[in-house]
Amino acid sequence: MIDSILSFCDSVLSNQYWFFIITLLIKLVICFAITIAFIPISVLIERRVASFIQDRVGPNRVGIPATIFKRFGMKADLPFVKALDYFGLPHDGRIANICRYFRLDKDIPLLGLLQPAVDGGKLFLKQDFTPPFVRRFYFWVAPMLVLAPPLMTAAVIPFAGDLETPYGNINMVVANLSIGPLWIFAISSLSVYGLVLAGWSSNSKFPLIGGIRSSAQMISYEISMGLSIIPLLMIYSELNLSNIVQYQADNGWLLLPFWGEGLTVERWVLLIPIVISFIIFLTSVFAETNRTPFDMSECETDLVGGYHTEYSSMKFAQFFMGEYAAMIVGSSLVITLFLGGWSIGFGIDGWLLDNCGNWISTILQLIFYVLKLAAFAFFFVWVRWTVPRFRYDQVMKLGWLVFFELAVINIFITAAILYFIK
Amino acid sequence: MKTSTRTFAIGDTAAQADYLTNTSEPLGEHMTLNVGPSHPATHGVLRLVLELDGEEVITCDPVVGHLHRGIEKIGETIQYNQFVPYTDRFDYLAPLSNNIAYACAVEKLLGWTLPPRGQALRVLALELSRLASHFLGVGVYAMDTGAMTVFLYTYNEREKIHNFYEQLTGARFTSSYTRVGGQTRDIPEGFCKQVLEFCDQASVSIDEVESLLLKNQIFIDRLQGVGIITREQALSWGLTGANLRASGVQRDLRKVTPYLGYENYEFDIPVGEHGDCYDRFTLRAEEMRQSIRIIRQVIATMPDGPINMVNEKGVLPIKEQAMMNMESLIQQFMATTVGVNAPVGQVYFAAENPKGELGFFLDSKGGGIPNRLRMRSPSFCNLSILPELLKGHMVSDVPAILGSFDFVMGECDR
Repeated sequence: MIDSILSFCDSVLSNQYWFFIITLLIKLVICFAITIAFIPISVLIERRVASFIQDRVGPNRVGIPATIFKRFGMKADLPFVKALDYFGLPHDGRIANICRYFRLDKDIPLLGLLQPAVDGGKLFLKQDFTPPFVRRFYFWVAPMLVLAPPLMTAAVIPFAGDLETPYGNINMVVANLSIGPLWIFAISSLSVYGLVLAGWSSNSKFPLIGGIRSSAQMISYEISMGLSIIPLLMIYSELNLSNIVQYQADNGWLLLPFWGEGLTVERWVLLIPIVISFIIFLTSVFAETNRTPFDMSECETDLVGGYHTEYSSMKFAQFFMGEYAAMIVGSSLVITLFLGGWSIGFGIDGWLLDNCGNWISTILQLIFYVLKLAAFAFFFVWVRWTVPRFRYDQVMKLGWLVFFELAVINIFITAAILYFIK
Repeated sequence: MKTSTRTFAIGDTAAQADYLTNTSEPLGEHMTLNVGPSHPATHGVLRLVLELDGEEVITCDPVVGHLHRGIEKIGETIQYNQFVPYTDRFDYLAPLSNNIAYACAVEKLLGWTLPPRGQALRVLALELSRLASHFLGVGVYAMDTGAMTVFLYTYNEREKIHNFYEQLTGARFTSSYTRVGGQTRDIPEGFCKQVLEFCDQASVSIDEVESLLLKNQIFIDRLQGVGIITREQALSWGLTGANLRASGVQRDLRKVTPYLGYENYEFDIPVGEHGDCYDRFTLRAEEMRQSIRIIRQVIATMPDGPINMVNEKGVLPIKEQAMMNMESLIQQFMATTVGVNAPVGQVYFAAENPKGELGFFLDSKGGGIPNRLRMRSPSFCNLSILPELLKGHMVSDVPAILGSFDFVMGECDR
């Protein structure tokens, strides 16, 4: 029986079309699991870090209360002791002590991990109200247009190294396009339609201003974002993100060229334009995701809620999921382009591949990629709760008069370095 | 029981809307934006009707009165002491200041002067409430410009001051501390030591807040050169308090017409140079430091003695005496039923409150009830400059300018 199943699997996987489809499905699951699971996790990170910065307690109380043992009485009646009695266990026995060590006598702590889930449940159960004065179709389409583009861009970002199997080589990226960055810019700029449509179709004044602001801001930062990447593409001479990360794994991350063949004079001099690019790119990612120093479109002090003022329930939550998804995809882009993507760095990737085998190294790389993402989510939250917000015209001035010029000049600097220093 | 579900069809009014036919001006038209009365930036129920050209404010029409409770008229129907709880609700961020300003006004009408300990207690309470109000003002201002964290830092400090309120008056928020001719109670034991400890730690946290905000270029850019009020403007629109001093006028009623023995304490009056939002912000932070300085001096020189007027018939006697002594019992009875018996006359008293000059005009025809009670509320006068000031600013500047005024609608609308 088992033999026949194994041989069936073998024959299916040996067929290259089936192999492609099955691995693609698995990669899809992993990729979207990371992106979508990171949305509630980044909500949790947001709340925990914010409360940490602000000297508050934050969401650490969400656990399973021991009062759930209703048959043993309320919390004041020591349900834990009664539960021990019920099972005939001694009060100071080993099991009781182990339970006390994990604070099970008080409640079952879950580190506040349930908070985002409960939040989501609340938003699902709220009344989904569509005001009578809106343009219905666009009002309903807008949240989808905000959420979909970041999820689509996640497809081209590699999340682990190649995996060699007896049936063939698996590339750990959903769509191994040879025009990765171009695809990302093409798709991610579509999310501006969601914001503009939300602002316009709400048929209300605050959302209208929010939508107009966000469209102007996102389009202007798109330009400096795209221009800031050109020096990198000149250095890599490559548009395939998998190859870009592989190059960094071998020769040192772009921002930390400390191992491999990366320690040439050229790489050291190139750090100047790379750092400029990094700063421009990172700031543009903040602007693209509409997060606090740049949240012109929803700044609550003058625009109430900005483009999502008229939204409620899950449609409202979709905007927030879109914001967090954009934040995650943006930070994964920064990681991929500047900080070595999935690579563990310091030459460990090659050593792992030689000594520990392909599977272990791939899994470790996946874990490392997720860790880097979490670190960047922390960074985003940190900035949000520390820095005040710009004024709208200052944002535009910064985008057009500083970053745009700087990015253009940066291209020429990089070209000069690449041409003269060899 | 049989139930049935009925569905209602709501017509798509947007489809029939007449805006689908484009009748707009080719060069763009102005938009009227209604900010408030319930809006995050308006600190209560202020309503601003803005006319916008794109993001620029063309005209501004502030609409006040959403919180009008007719307090002045109420004051004409009740005894002097009964009005004290109403004063809690003027500037509800610094209720003690209002209590004291009102009590001082009535005492001026009666021609009373408090014993030294009573005056020192009032100065202590005044400066504590000034600290509380400015902590909130600074924090909320940071929140208006998008820095949430500072707000919670300052609110922490404010919370500690509320604990002192509780010890001092028995209530955390609506203190109703004063009576005509005194206070409801003396300071509890160990209170001064706690306040001194708080002063040390509050001055550290003021520095912390300042370094968190004023070293941030984004925050400075939001504030500097925004909402400039010139010296002449400030004087002609009748601004008072920190908003007036930020425009370079050195007028503080604690120095100009000292009351409650303010002339005995040493403190500076900070003055701004440019009159923009940045000056108003830094000036409040500096005033907090001066308040801490005054509190330290008050506690160091706290005299002993009675806290209330002695041998005055309108004031409650000491409880033990009322139980033992017949004159005191009668005095207690008269004080609670009739209250103070004011002479005929008119009096105006203004106190330097956290928000500005809070003035009380009392017209008495004799007896325990004023004939006319009129307030000069600083927030109302400060807000009167808005139509002039907001012209030409961006929409994003509106919360920044509103926040810099640090107004309270409870006091503005009365």
